This record gives sequence, structure tokens and C-alpha cells, in this order.
Amino acid sequence: MVTLTAADTTTANTKSESATSVDLADSPVRDLNQALHHAEDGQSWTVENPGGKHSLAVGINADVTVTIEGHTGYYAAGMHQKGDVTINGNAGVGLAENIMSGRVHVKGDASQSAAATGHGGLVVIDGNAGARCGISMKGVDIVVGGNIGHMSAFMAQAGRLVVCGDAGDALGDSIYEARIYVKGTVASLGADCIEKPMKLEHLDELGGLLAAAGRADNPADFKRYGSARNLYHFSVHNSTSY
Amino acid sequence: MCGIAALQLRNPSLHAELGSLLSSMMCQIVDRGPDSAGLAVYNTPGLVSKGTSTLSLLGKDQGTPVDAITAALETLLPASASTAVKVVGDTTLVSAAVDTDLLVKAVSETLPASTIIGRGEHVAVMKSVGHPMEIAAEHGLEAMAGSQGLSHTRMATESAVTAGGSHPFSVADDLCLVHNGSFSNHATIRRELKREGVVFDSDNDTEVAARYIASRLQQGDDLETALTNLGKVFDGFYTLVVTTADSMAVVRDPIACKPAIIAETVDYVAMASEYRALAALPGIENARIFEPEPGKVYTWSL
Repeated sequence: MVTLTAADTTTANTKSESATSVDLADSPVRDLNQALHHAEDGQSWTVENPGGKHSLAVGINADVTVTIEGHTGYYAAGMHQKGDVTINGNAGVGLAENIMSGRVHVKGDASQSAAATGHGGLVVIDGNAGARCGISMKGVDIVVGGNIGHMSAFMAQAGRLVVCGDAGDALGDSIYEARIYVKGTVASLGADCIEKPMKLEHLDELGGLLAAAGRADNPADFKRYGSARNLYHFSVHNSTSY
Repeated sequence: MCGIAALQLRNPSLHAELGSLLSSMMCQIVDRGPDSAGLAVYNTPGLVSKGTSTLSLLGKDQGTPVDAITAALETLLPASASTAVKVVGDTTLVSAAVDTDLLVKAVSETLPASTIIGRGEHVAVMKSVGHPMEIAAEHGLEAMAGSQGLSHTRMATESAVTAGGSHPFSVADDLCLVHNGSFSNHATIRRELKREGVVFDSDNDTEVAARYIASRLQQGDDLETALTNLGKVFDGFYTLVVTTADSMAVVRDPIACKPAIIAETVDYVAMASEYRALAALPGIENARIFEPEPGKVYTWSL
């Protein structure tokens, strides 16, 4: 459940220093995305009445700050390249899909496939994330305040996934070199994913990620999971393990 | 891909707005299934009435004028039954104060080519091929009152784009089912149900699930148990919404292939494929919003 913060109504259609406000109740998503694609570094945007619409604030390639006041639909902040996107609500399927860099922060819950295939940047979800969070992640860092669903970090190649709640079934199935930190319970580990010792370097790394996400959790309360590296290369002898 | 929007109104003061609320929800799931659509509304004045069985027949034209259908039914039913036939949009509604089974028998005799798409004391079912909002408008959804409603926009995968293949499937009194997904073992289960004497109206995979649930309920399962049993028997992808005279249930397959989101307030329970269908509901900002867990059966009763 999400309580939305009050909307910023102080500015409207002004440039650079102050926030540009876009109300999606009366302007199309395409106009918003077009404007964001022509944005300049340092600009701020506030998006009102997102109403669960799809593909909001996708493909941002400037160092801008975008605040979305409400719930978003599919693929919010997808292909994110630069800047900060904050969603004061829940996010639908495919949040920050293929994020390259920059930061995306969801104050509520995220649906399935959050940060799927992300190459870099930071995705923070204060609430829960659904199934397949960080599926095929390739370098993105993900910090989830609540729980994550099943098949998360499936075939995760690089990056870090931090879960402050519990993880669902088949965590890290067929994982490569991504690192997973879970504070709560793990329903089950996927093929070739094992618990690994928390060394000093991991506590440091996790502390940095939690701090970047604005969280006060103690890194010592987490366990680390990663690849057993038995299924790295296809081998017919492993056919029963895949 | 298909779209689902369902609404159960807990607060009777909202009953007058059922149609307008359901219409606003349905409007947001059109792109999920633009080829055909269907609706089920419960306790809608003018469509159903207490103490009377109502059958919903596919199509506005049954090949016989309405007056002639009424006259023919009256010869088969008691005079006290107040038999009535009316056309609503692309649906023919037949009602009489007799048992549903008796009315089904009379209608099957009078109109052997008709397809019964809804039956019971509380529900009216309307479905057709074409743009979902045109179908809703043709049936006058906006103005309908009622206690709960269910809508489905279909992108056909398992069977042809026909009005009969549209959802909901309503195969037992006041029971409706809509489905987003596809069942992979429906042919096997269809054969088993046929062996038990179950008769099918279409080649649709969802009809098999509806017939299965009806069969389980008949054998004494409650709705939750029937859906738990469905999960053990059916293979495939599904988000299902099932409604009965006074309850609504939602279940997703164990790997949650198909989306679902629920909003719950003291006034209503709303379920949709996507949040955007819930965004315009009154008091949504204070609703408990959550995605149903994979494989878990959720039920709400009025």
C-alpha cells in the first residue's frame, strides 16, 4: 500500500532551474517523452496524474530529475541512461527495463521484471518487487526494501541485488557473476545458486549500496548468494541440472 | 493477451454506478484484447429480478420475432411464470418465474439453434465480436446498476474470434468465469468431462475451466476449493476471475505469467489486468493495492 505525497503545484511550464510540470490527465505520454528526450542537464520535471499509463519517462539521456506523482504502468523509466526518476507510487511490469546508468526510485511496490536486463545504474524499490526482479541483470544495482517474487535474478550476469525482506522461489537460477544479498528468508535457491560467505569486502559493498538507497539496515544481518559456477558452460552431463 | 476488469461493490450506495465504473475500467483494458468482449452484471434492475430465472442468449436475432418466442415459451411454461423476452444490445434475455433448468429446457425446445451464454437469478451475460467499448455501449453498460460486474476484452489465441468464444463463460446458475492466458491440457480435461456427461458449447479452452469449476461446485466444493482443484488439474497460463451470485474470486497460475492487480476499500473490491483500469475508481488513493500472489486463491463475498 502506498500513500502518495502531495503534488508539487508551485511551478508550471517554466524552464531550467524550476520544475516543469506535466499533467498527463490532459497531455499525451508521447509529448512528455519527446520533451524529456530534448531535456538539458539540470532540469527538473514533475509528472502529475500518471494513472498507470505505460512507458512513462523512458529513454532519458540527460541529467534531469523527474518526479512522477502516482502509480505508473508498464516499462516506466525504461532504457534509462541518465538522471534521476522518482515514482511516488507503485510501478507496473518492467520498471527501468534495460537501465544503463542513472537512478530510478520507486516509493511503493514494483510489479514483475523490475530492472530486467539492466546494464548499470541504481534501481531502488522501497516496497516489494514481484516475480523475476533483476532477471538477466547485466550490471545494474537493485535495492528492494521489501520482498521479491520468484525467479528473481534468473541468469543474472553482473551487478548486485539487495533484498531487505524475503526472496521467493528459485532465487538466482542459472546465475553468473551477479551478487545477491538477502536479509530475510529465501524460499528456495535456483539451479547453481548457493549461499556464499560474507567477507569484509561484501559487507563494505553492501553498506555502500544500502547507503546509496537511503536505508539504515545493518549489512551484517544479510546473507550473500551467488553462482556455484557449475553450469557456466553448456555440458550435456549437466542436463538434469538446468 | 486479454484484459480483465471486475468490480464487486460492498457499499450499496454505489450500486447505481456499477455500469459507469465498470465501463471506465473496461475502457483501459481495450488494447489488451480488441477483437471481442463480454460482460456480466449482477442484480441489474431491468435485466434480472429476484424470484425469476433469466437466460442470456447469444445474439439479438434468434431467427424468430420476440413476440413469437414469448408465445412459444408461454405454451411450455406455466401461465404464472410471467415469461418475458427482451433484446439488450446484441443479447436476447429470456426470463420466467420458473427453475432455471425448466427455462433452459423450454428455450432449447423453442430455439434449438440458440446459445445460452448466461443463466441464473442474478446474472445477465452479454458478449459479442468487435470493439469492446462499442459492445459495452450497444448493451448500455454505462447506465446499468448492480452489485458486481465482470468484463473481458479478448485477444484470441486458443480458438477462433467468435461471439461464442468471448468471455465470460457462464455455465451454471450465476457462475461466470473470465480468463487471461491459455490452458495447454484443456483437450484432455474436455474429454474427461465429456465422459462424465458434460456438454460443451464451443472449442474454447476457457469453457473447459468454466465447466470444470461448475462440475466441482456441483460435487460440493466451495469456490475456493474448486479453484484450488483447478490449479492441480489445469496446466497453462492463467489469471482467472470467477463470480457467483454473491462472491468473486481471483487466482493466478503458480508462475504468475499473466498480470493482475487488486484494489480493496471498504466500498469495493476491484480487480484488473493493469492498474490503469483502477486509476479512476473513487477513493483509489486510499485503497489497499496489491498484486495477487502466484497460485493463491483470493475470494470476497458480498
